[in-house]
Amino acid sequence: MIPLSWYLYLSAMLFAIGLYGVLARKNAIAILLGVELMLNAVNINLVAFWRYGDLAQMAGQVFAIIVFAVAASEVAVGLSLVISVYRRRNTVVANELDLMKW
Amino acid sequence: MDASQVIFILSAALILVSALLVVTVRNLIHAALWLIATLFGVAILYVLLEAGFLAVVQVVVYIGAIAIMFIFAVMLTRRDLLDKVPQTNENWPVALGVSALALVGIAFIVRGFVFSLDRIAAPLPENSLQMLGDALISPAAYVLPFEVASVLLLAAMIGAVYVAMNKK
Repeated sequence: MIPLSWYLYLSAMLFAIGLYGVLARKNAIAILLGVELMLNAVNINLVAFWRYGDLAQMAGQVFAIIVFAVAASEVAVGLSLVISVYRRRNTVVANELDLMKW
Repeated sequence: MDASQVIFILSAALILVSALLVVTVRNLIHAALWLIATLFGVAILYVLLEAGFLAVVQVVVYIGAIAIMFIFAVMLTRRDLLDKVPQTNENWPVALGVSALALVGIAFIVRGFVFSLDRIAAPLPENSLQMLGDALISPAAYVLPFEVASVLLLAAMIGAVYVAMNKK
């Protein structure tokens, strides 16, 4: 059987990779890809704690489902923002979106 | 080492390698395709954790909808010269340091965890899927977050349509 710690370490590594993607990437779409990796790492943790904790409590799976819903809305709004920005300013590079910079 | 551990190690390798490619590869279409590989590896982990419903939802919603939406967005905003220049900003060493620090910090917390780390999962009750459905719709459990999530999805849909609409 697989010990709980394997899942926790794997999700920590996936989270760190996603964080690197969010911080280092230039393209706004690539930043959203990094956010997706981080959300998946969180979901692995939630489901692993459900499986190894008290099985009568379904909180882990329910929270994972709500994370799915939040991820879907985040991607929909985020990508439509990117497309709208691309249409107006002809760029998707996060550095060049400095309209609100003083 | 039994079969489930072998499957875990193989899918963990798939997840980590394809996640690294998602954040490093230059061509964004390839990054989105590697994201699909990562999501599939996570679906395998859900099967190993005996959360079959979540595995199916992962494939249908994440791979079927979210990853495809990423590919559409990449194709709608593609510019050829963007594939030639470096894909990381000038602060990438700082980003590497911050994420390595986050990894070390989380690993440190996991090591000092109150939960027993060598804990083995108890056998799953027969009706765990039914328990999930009951928890989602029972007023004593999670019906309120569930309904709020549906309102959130509707708001996000209207917002996305409005923001992406061509107003001319």
